[in-house]
Amino acid sequence: MSLTQATRVRGERLLKYIVSAPPFVFLLLFFLLPALIMVVASFRYPGEFGGLAPLFGDLPADEKGLTLENYKIFFSDFIYAQIFLKSIGVAALTTLICLVMAYPVALLIARSPKKSRDLMVLLCVLPFASNFLVRVYAWMIILGPFNLLFSRFAVIVGMVYVHLPFMILPLYTNLEKHDPTLLDAAQDLGANGWHRFWRVTFPMSLPGIFSGAVLVFIPVLGMFAIPEILGGKDDWLVGNMIKESFLGTRDWPFGSMLSMMLTIMVLIIAALSTAFAKRGMRRA
Amino acid sequence: MALLEIRNVTRRFDDFVAVDHVDFSVNAGEFFTLLGPSGCGKTTLLRMIAGFDQPDEGAIVLDGIDLKDTSPEKRPVHTVFQSYALFPHMTVEQNIAFPLKMAKQSEEEIRVKVKNALAQVALNDRATRYPHELSGGQRQRVALARGLINRPRLLLLDEPLGALDAKLREQMQIELIALQRDIGVTFIFVTHAQAEALALSHRIAVMNHGRIEQLDEPDKLYGAPKNRFVADFIGNVNMHEATVQSVSATLTLSLGKLGQIAAPMRAGVKVGDVGAFVIRPEQVSIRAASEASPDPNQFVGTVNDFLYIGDVTTYIVNLPDGERLEALLPNSAPGRAKFFELGDPVRVSWKAEAGAFLTA
Repeated sequence: MSLTQATRVRGERLLKYIVSAPPFVFLLLFFLLPALIMVVASFRYPGEFGGLAPLFGDLPADEKGLTLENYKIFFSDFIYAQIFLKSIGVAALTTLICLVMAYPVALLIARSPKKSRDLMVLLCVLPFASNFLVRVYAWMIILGPFNLLFSRFAVIVGMVYVHLPFMILPLYTNLEKHDPTLLDAAQDLGANGWHRFWRVTFPMSLPGIFSGAVLVFIPVLGMFAIPEILGGKDDWLVGNMIKESFLGTRDWPFGSMLSMMLTIMVLIIAALSTAFAKRGMRRA
Repeated sequence: MALLEIRNVTRRFDDFVAVDHVDFSVNAGEFFTLLGPSGCGKTTLLRMIAGFDQPDEGAIVLDGIDLKDTSPEKRPVHTVFQSYALFPHMTVEQNIAFPLKMAKQSEEEIRVKVKNALAQVALNDRATRYPHELSGGQRQRVALARGLINRPRLLLLDEPLGALDAKLREQMQIELIALQRDIGVTFIFVTHAQAEALALSHRIAVMNHGRIEQLDEPDKLYGAPKNRFVADFIGNVNMHEATVQSVSATLTLSLGKLGQIAAPMRAGVKVGDVGAFVIRPEQVSIRAASEASPDPNQFVGTVNDFLYIGDVTTYIVNLPDGERLEALLPNSAPGRAKFFELGDPVRVSWKAEAGAFLTA
């Protein structure tokens, strides 16, 4: 490598750093740092009037410094694990319903003439143009007369409604890339309509299903507004517990601990599903 | 009885007639080629045979049965697509096993057949690879093995060698001929590459504007083209406007300002007919203008250009009337690859029985 070439390569590398520095610093300051603060907070005592108790100072030993108390509470009462499991159940069911409902829509868009596809995608995301809370309240008006409000059913309906586009879009993006000749080939080689879907289209869409599932499952897990508006008293999810800890009982350390547990659970689920999906994904 | 009959088939797309009253039949075990420029209707015809498209008129009959109401998945006809259309999420052996699975054969049967098929196309060591891990030639072989594994009555090949480089294409041509001979499945091959068609086929149908221009064996197509389109499309040809002067054992043609030549007799030709005299470059001899030629047809011109191909050199000669004539000189003579320079005066000549007079 000549000297000038080396200089140029160094220059390009420098440029790369300069360009990526602002977002990097932003994430560091407003994502990683708060996350670390939360980790520490989950090991602290609550302050007298909300917030956090000081780490040092003129207080009894069981009211300052660090403690495992918050985690002990979580593991000592089964109710917390129960709410976590319920949240996973709601998130999984929402994801499944979204998948079943989104697949035909995504397939329809992907197989429509190119001209009309953009319009159809636009229609799918059009609900985002109105406020999230307004849309959820709208369901109160719809479900109210049928006596379905404040139930698990209402929560699932709201969850599916809000998150459906997040399943449609990645699925559509995947399906649109499929080579239509493959379906011709499958038919030519003796596959009927069902086999063409089940043996060709579906396995090839697994990466799209996976990203859609992630985009639905994780937000649903932390969602608190929908259960609060549409759900009954038995429909509290993790998100409601966290929100209540911070804004209701003003026990920040306990809320931080719940957030930590939620993060850990999401990471475990993500790791498991990635490992599980890897076999199928590697081929597609 | 013919295996496949294309009975007076027409297919229109709005005003455009893609296939225009095409009528021919293919025999069992034959390597049949549809040859023509892009847009000539050959792919439309292939799609109708596969069942992806329906004729507007006429019938497609396989083994004596009209295929009109048989959907593509039920036809004993498989296609090797131009892009191969291998399933990207399946391994080589899963791809090859696909038609057997669809035919609900037993696992054991499938295992044995796939193993044999892999051996046949020399891909035993690639069985568990995915298509994207294969070279172009290997993908081509997988597509062939997949199309042939449950022994269709007919294998359709849609320009399957188009994506390969020249060297590999030649090798695949040889493999294709051997495979077809060994397995005995009837092939219908679609291509726009005339050299490929000549090398592979038992019979060729030359198509243009949705019609069959000529259907013949390769040597007849090349040696005795029926019209100008076929003469021009198959191989290289010199073409010169000509008028019939006299008709006897041979034809005497007037080539305008160039003068008269003798050409082979052709049935139905009469004095005064206007048409084209065509002759292949390799039938034209070329020598220095100072040397004499025994041929009855000869002209002196100058070398306008030459293309050194390796085995032969093609000379493009300016004739006295301003027309150009191509002549082929084999480079088999030792020592010199090139005999003439630009501007050299040369004598081009051919025998009275060479070339042909075409009216169409």
